[in-house]
Amino acid sequence: MNRGASATVTPDLNVRADFPILKERTSRGKPLIYLDSAATSQKPQAVIDAIARYYSEYNANIHRGVYEIAARATDAFEEARAKVARFLNAAEPAEIVWTRNATEAINLVAWSWGGANLHAGDIILLTQLEHHSNLVPWQLLAERTGAHLRYIPVDDRGEPILDDLDTLLQGCALVALTHVSNTLGTILPVAEIVARAHSTGAIVLVDGAQAAPHLAVDVRALDADFYALSAHKMLGPTGIGVLYGKRRLLEAMPPFLSGGDMIRSVSYERSTFNELPWKFEAGTSNIADAIAFGTAIDYLEAYGMENVRAHERALLAYAFERLAPLEARGLAIYGPHDVERSSGVVSMNFADIHAHDLASILDTEGVCIRAGHHCTMPLMARLDLAATARASFYIYNDRRDVDALVAGLEKAATIFRIS
Amino acid sequence: MDDFYRDFILDHYRNPRNFGHLPAPDAVAEDRNPLCGDEMRVEIEVDDAGNVADIRFSGKGCAISQASASMLVESAKGKSLESLIALGEASVLENVGIDISPTRMKCAMLGLSVLKSAALAGLAKAGSE
Ligand SMILES: Cc1ncc(COP(=O)(O)O)c(C=O)c1O
Repeated sequence: MNRGASATVTPDLNVRADFPILKERTSRGKPLIYLDSAATSQKPQAVIDAIARYYSEYNANIHRGVYEIAARATDAFEEARAKVARFLNAAEPAEIVWTRNATEAINLVAWSWGGANLHAGDIILLTQLEHHSNLVPWQLLAERTGAHLRYIPVDDRGEPILDDLDTLLQGCALVALTHVSNTLGTILPVAEIVARAHSTGAIVLVDGAQAAPHLAVDVRALDADFYALSAHKMLGPTGIGVLYGKRRLLEAMPPFLSGGDMIRSVSYERSTFNELPWKFEAGTSNIADAIAFGTAIDYLEAYGMENVRAHERALLAYAFERLAPLEARGLAIYGPHDVERSSGVVSMNFADIHAHDLASILDTEGVCIRAGHHCTMPLMARLDLAATARASFYIYNDRRDVDALVAGLEKAATIFRIS
Repeated sequence: MDDFYRDFILDHYRNPRNFGHLPAPDAVAEDRNPLCGDEMRVEIEVDDAGNVADIRFSGKGCAISQASASMLVESAKGKSLESLIALGEASVLENVGIDISPTRMKCAMLGLSVLKSAALAGLAKAGSE
């Protein structure tokens, strides 16, 4: 891959070599065709190496040691935070709080901000597209506080219907919405929704788990109050995620987890808390994975987020084109079905073949896709679907992967005798 | 796994036997596989001797869960509730006649677990009468 000139990267075959897992074969000797990046992405060698380098060269706890490797670990850890801040265009690194994943970032806001700011009768506004991670924490918060949930409806293509948004926003204290639907790939008009929510005084949390890996995200342009993401979906390791929050909000929030590291001083009677962002980072952090996430961000920035989007859009267009003939044989594609309005996700069902059977047959060809409700059970009920088969793309996928998907679907048609 | 989808399996999937409901079942059980959202319900009519007089199942799911359930339910007719409770995974695997990958075992065993729950419910009811 040409790291220097991101504008001229021809993002097709070359980056594959950076992902060692793509050289693996399945037990049947098939090449690995990985089309489940919406669940978790694969990792480039540089990220894998960054983890090994930390443990083999400068493993030490951070923020306390005076010796050289402790300083080196602290610098690398804080440097990774600064990279995330730059990647999201946050105003400062202090607005980037490390969490385990997007789910924990959302829970942090639900417990800390929600506990302090939500009152009985307040409205929490979600969309019908939400992943359980951006739904269940709000249901529980509503139970604790007496707040109520409301939903922005979606049409049958999974696109939000904003006609009644101003009515839905009445009495609303918090809007929590996904930036990109993990089930359908729908890209939501977040900036517009944020602006309208702010005009009524609501705070907005954006679940960016499926957007940050695939789109250039600018939290200040979006004017999001909170933005949550998981490193493992964007070339980084598992076990590390991010909550972005505006300083003004984070400062006013009480701690979430408490213990070491997040304090300024402790006596037997009381404690005072550390400044941002460490106030929210109790206990020893996931140092290795935070640092390796910084490497993943370097990788994405070298590739260029515009190129990520362009690559996925081209691949999605190619997939729609290759899948079109199968639609006459009963293939149903859900979601916007429009490359301008979707991220690199194809959610489908094929005739009367259950999504799990489809995934099992594709698996015999080395093609990894996801089947099920994709942690969006209410959305599946809204669309009257039991399950879908979902193929999702990332920078290391190419047309051959789409061809393998189509060949696998043909095989399923043969096995199930679909003419 | 691709050899799993043989003709008789697809036949049970597309034409499940004893599919539907009983007018007055003595015992009912239902469950779902939270992973894939498969749902299954089994209804049993018990005769005076404690045997299955009639049985139906309903629900939706993949070929593995539906065909496994269809074959299992078919073989349950006339059996005693006790013998149903004693059924193990082998009974399902014998029916389908082929190994099932570990990731799909839950699908294959959904019918078995609901059938056993229904049989247990039938026994409990008989005991309380
Ligand atoms: C839209 C969306 N939100 C939240 C999550 C939760 O991510 P994690 O499990 O890494 O916390 C996911 C992961 O599937 C997702 O797709």
